Amino acid sequence: MKHARVIYEGREHIGTAHEFGGHPDAAVRLDDGRVVPQEQLTWLPPLAPTARPRTILALGLNYADHAKELEFKAPEEPLVFVKGQSTLIGHRQHTHRPAGVQFMHYECELAIVIGKTAKNVTRDDAYDFIGGYTVANDYAIRDYLENWYRPNLRVKNRDTCTPLGPWFVDAADVPDPMALALRTTVNGTVTQQGSTRDMIFDAPFLIEYFSRFMTLSPGDLILTGTPDGVVDCKPGDVVVTEIEGVGALVNTISGNT
Amino acid sequence: MTLSPFLPTGTVYGTLLNFRTEVEALAPQMTQPPYKAPPKAPVLYVKTANTWSPHGSAITVPASVPEVEIGASIGLVIGAEGDIEGFVLMNDLSIPHASFFRPPVKFKCVDGFLGIGPALRDAQEVADPANFRVEVRINGALKQSVDFSQLVRPAQQLLADVGEFMTLAHGDVLLLGCDAGRPLVRAGDRIEISSPGFETLINTLVQETAA
Repeated sequence: MKHARVIYEGREHIGTAHEFGGHPDAAVRLDDGRVVPQEQLTWLPPLAPTARPRTILALGLNYADHAKELEFKAPEEPLVFVKGQSTLIGHRQHTHRPAGVQFMHYECELAIVIGKTAKNVTRDDAYDFIGGYTVANDYAIRDYLENWYRPNLRVKNRDTCTPLGPWFVDAADVPDPMALALRTTVNGTVTQQGSTRDMIFDAPFLIEYFSRFMTLSPGDLILTGTPDGVVDCKPGDVVVTEIEGVGALVNTISGNT
Repeated sequence: MTLSPFLPTGTVYGTLLNFRTEVEALAPQMTQPPYKAPPKAPVLYVKTANTWSPHGSAITVPASVPEVEIGASIGLVIGAEGDIEGFVLMNDLSIPHASFFRPPVKFKCVDGFLGIGPALRDAQEVADPANFRVEVRINGALKQSVDFSQLVRPAQQLLADVGEFMTLAHGDVLLLGCDAGRPLVRAGDRIEISSPGFETLINTLVQETAA
């Protein structure tokens, strides 16, 4: 099942994907039974609230082709950074491009949502700890890269710079998360294409790796990195990051007004 | 009746290189690879919720390391208006590491690696955070004194510079940083972090037992 968190007529609802106009997830069936087309809703990140702030782990250079594009050799160990919750926004929201910036790019990523407490999990058991998946667009503003804790928070942890959604998709509905097509379009033109099969460190590896030194809790996120094909995004651009079977996340770039 | 100890409700951000002595110690390397230049903006990291250890609790030292580094600090707890609601003592533990090029997640986000002071000190009763002095005692012996008049970015400046690129939400915590000369500790040690006007933060270290 695909679940959403949305605001409709001023109230927050949990809903599920619903067929509309021939598209299987073009609408949401709200918890009160009403069916509302996507564009009439305000979308929130599709995650249930957590008792403590959720941990958001993000992978850099986790696709061999992206590592090559950025002139880095593939890492021997996951290159990971942490994001704060306040950077998250939902589907169909705006992401701000600061004035004077030369290079700001999207990153289409499969986001793993942890389903149960994970500590010292082995690779063979790792899938038991995944609750589901969503799509993340992990924007980077490359102008702010500095070689201290790179990529630093000024590049990666800015307000509105991590759209997430539209859906939380139950793990059971994604039979092989390591064989999903990813693609990004900017204003309708395909700019990024890849497959989760090209990850350097796959989902089971990552859960084993992280849970060796940190306990992962339900609702924690692992953003698994992006393939090559990142391009600069300007105010007004509509960026759709899409993962097969998980969803198409729509985001618009805004500038200074 | 015992009150439950203070725990943050938001994200905890740590700050690197916010003490002059710490910057001076690294200065010769700052223009060399991999850094190539001194940082322009605050260098931050996240202490994830799995690291939080309430005052009084035991912190587990991973079996893979002989000792860990203490990071005595004070956290600014953010209020509803983005202001400072209060201050809290914290012990930002790390597995010692030499490089600051990549985010040190596996050295800093280890389970239990953030000791959190027992109580929030109301910002209203603090004249100037630059007056803070923090002492670190290990098994009763004084090992470090930290003088918060020596910050590169004093509290309000740090808050403003971080606010330039991200919003700190109500309940988030921003650590002022840890000075150079961070004491090393090992399993069995008792760590006391104290400061006038604050309730002392105490944690003990225990060895990880085989899984």
